Amino acid sequence: MTEKTLLNRKVAPRIKDAVDFNLELKPCERYKLDNGVEVYAIHAGAEEVLQLEWVFYAGNSYEKKDGIAAATSFLLKNGTSSKSAFEINEQFDYYGAYLNRNCYNETANIIFHGLTKHLEALLPLVQELVTDASFPAEELAIYQQNMKQRLTVNLKKCDVVANRLIDEYLYGKFHPYGKNNTHETYDGLDLDSIKSFYDRYYRHGHVKIFVAGYLPVNLFALLNKYFGQLPFASAPEPEPEHPRDPAQEKKQRVINDPTGVQGAIRLARPFPSRHHPDFKKVQVLNTLLGGFFGSRLMDNIREDKGYTYGIYSYLQNHLKDGAWVISTEAGREVCEATIVEVYAELKKLREGFIEDDELLMVKNYLMGTILGDLDGPFQIIGRWKNLVLNGLDESYFYDSVRTIQKITGPELNALAQQYLVDDAFYELVVV
Amino acid sequence: MIQFDRFVLSNGLRVLVHQDNSTPMAVVNVLYDVGARDEEFSRTGFAHLFEHLMFGGSVNIPVYDEPLQVAGGENNAYTTNDLTNYYCQLPAENLETAFWLESDRMLSLAFSEKSLDVQRKVVSEEFKEHYLNKPYGDAWMHMRELAYTTHPYRWMTIGKELSHIEQAKLEDVKRFFFKHYTPVNAILVVAGNVYKDQVRALAEKWFGDIPPGTRYQRNLPAEPPQVKPRRMELTADVPLDAFYKTWHMCARMDDRYYAADLVTDMLGGGGSSRLYQSLVKEKQLFSNIDCYHYGSLDPGLLVIEGKLVKGVQIRDAEAAVEAELEKMKTSLVDEKELQKVKNKTESIMAFEDMSVMNRAGSLAFYELLGDAQLMNSELGQYRKVTAEDILRECQAIFRPENSNTLYYLSNPEKEGKA
Repeated sequence: MTEKTLLNRKVAPRIKDAVDFNLELKPCERYKLDNGVEVYAIHAGAEEVLQLEWVFYAGNSYEKKDGIAAATSFLLKNGTSSKSAFEINEQFDYYGAYLNRNCYNETANIIFHGLTKHLEALLPLVQELVTDASFPAEELAIYQQNMKQRLTVNLKKCDVVANRLIDEYLYGKFHPYGKNNTHETYDGLDLDSIKSFYDRYYRHGHVKIFVAGYLPVNLFALLNKYFGQLPFASAPEPEPEHPRDPAQEKKQRVINDPTGVQGAIRLARPFPSRHHPDFKKVQVLNTLLGGFFGSRLMDNIREDKGYTYGIYSYLQNHLKDGAWVISTEAGREVCEATIVEVYAELKKLREGFIEDDELLMVKNYLMGTILGDLDGPFQIIGRWKNLVLNGLDESYFYDSVRTIQKITGPELNALAQQYLVDDAFYELVVV
Repeated sequence: MIQFDRFVLSNGLRVLVHQDNSTPMAVVNVLYDVGARDEEFSRTGFAHLFEHLMFGGSVNIPVYDEPLQVAGGENNAYTTNDLTNYYCQLPAENLETAFWLESDRMLSLAFSEKSLDVQRKVVSEEFKEHYLNKPYGDAWMHMRELAYTTHPYRWMTIGKELSHIEQAKLEDVKRFFFKHYTPVNAILVVAGNVYKDQVRALAEKWFGDIPPGTRYQRNLPAEPPQVKPRRMELTADVPLDAFYKTWHMCARMDDRYYAADLVTDMLGGGGSSRLYQSLVKEKQLFSNIDCYHYGSLDPGLLVIEGKLVKGVQIRDAEAAVEAELEKMKTSLVDEKELQKVKNKTESIMAFEDMSVMNRAGSLAFYELLGDAQLMNSELGQYRKVTAEDILRECQAIFRPENSNTLYYLSNPEKEGKA
């Protein structure tokens, strides 16, 4: 007789249900610089690297002329009164650091990634960019030319065109969430508008700082030295009102490329922001519908029918107002069949019983990914940033976790009956 | 410094353990020593299609994803020309679930017709999405066929043509599996909140009784040295002319690799790189330009590609690229520029090593190269590169007879406005 028992491979090893985990969001340190600028910091991680992000309230919601916020964001790294774009890039590159900038709807950021040991050498340069950017005419001309070319190429892609159109339908062409840059937008850019936007929303704008990674001991003193004495505003400017102006016609079919072999499908309905009491619950419902690889949409439309390489649903992460979107690229000849299947899945969520096993899988998956996501310093600060910018605190995080743990199948059915109504969805195919 | 332990099971499976108890998670990474280069030229795309089938159920477990998600985990996989890699991350308490799943699919797949049928379609859609339905999407199919006459890098991992995938049969799938997906041809890395003894016990329990299989003897035809420049011109419904040029370079494990890697950073890495500064900013011939290489295990390609500013003649653009390369071939780079690309390499490595998942993947990759310890010593190899090495490497690579040039031109009748 052997002591070794025969392995039964048909039986899964015992697991601990992730839904029972006790998840903790690592607290974040908060400081205020001399001028009142708030700093949020997470010290964690073994590698001696850090990420430092300046979030300005300088998104496209504040621009008076289309494209100005994005152009300002892009060009603020392309020259100061004493340095050329090349000299600026060379200095960051020399230290193996990255300085990127992104423009969103309410905010625009400048984000630094680099080795902790080189931070001190580079902070004066970031300070120079937010106080003394010069916006050379030549740089604007190159930006206009290259962005127009990039747009021309992108407009050939059905997925790009579909993303642009669905936002236009949901919010209207003049809403910050719905407007899209065109060739005319780039032609219309001018240095005076850019410089005055920069002066108002960067140099004298409101900024919050988020930093994470392996932090130097003198971090606060450094930030205070380079950013604590500058004339930033103590609060964001009130945003101009942007009423939603959604399209009337809900079903849209667009031929962008007559020879295309795939169609980009978007189904989307308006959905409120994180502050709405249903938001957290709907995040669970969304996961079940199309939020992960084991979702119903993926199971049916990719893994059973093979219509697509991937299909997902998600809640847009805007600060003020949002949408619930289902998105896929499918074979041209199966686009309409794909849409039929999507509606069938919505109906099943409204009317069908949600098995305990499936719900437990979704809950465990969500809890497991949050656990994994709370692991790295950049991910933790990302969660904090999302809370701070949305005007929330850690109780929102813990409420979300409790929602995942507690929500039941009948509650999800009720939410589906309320929100996953066919008529509420815009429906778009771009070939 | 990444610490790890290494042992080999009696069936030949190499196991590496990287313990990091600061995370609540565990990562299980299984690398199989097979990629698109191991395919027959009449059945390309198979390694990648096969990767999809690995999620279609194994001999004792009907579906792979569900039990992993129930255990709070997630997973993915990728196939390259050189290798196939599967990885999953889950709460460390549930580590054994990953052993159960990964060992069962190494033991044997379910080989279901339905799964093959669906995944053929899914991969066809992937093929369309990435290579057919995008402007310039087929450029690399043409470039590979131009640059390689003999070596199987001639085709892309997705396959040479859709028909190869559409014609895949279940018997091909089985043959491929038992040839490549065996313990002697695999590397298992377990990382995160795990312990060496625990991993050893679990590895013995779940992988220990899998038959070893036969070590795959790779015997690929070498690409003969290129002796004349090759050129190709094609016209398509794209809005802008695009320029692609490649040169053969050394293999990943060659001593010269580090210099060649740094050359690509000098030419195309970031806002202060030579090609960007000269050709996008100063001369304004290109709206974007990149220089990179694939890090292939067999001798690979160094690439320069970019899109032209509307109205620029592509021959002028090419001449300007060549003028920049001529500088690299005739004068030594200064110390500051060399230090810059070395610093960048150090920084990239540090960022990559932040996540346990990346560390596990890197350990598997370096073990495949022959020694996982390379993960800790490669930065030293970069630091040793001199300006003379850079000069020598540029002279060796950027020879006209070693080059392949593709003009991907906009059809003037169809495309008016830029």
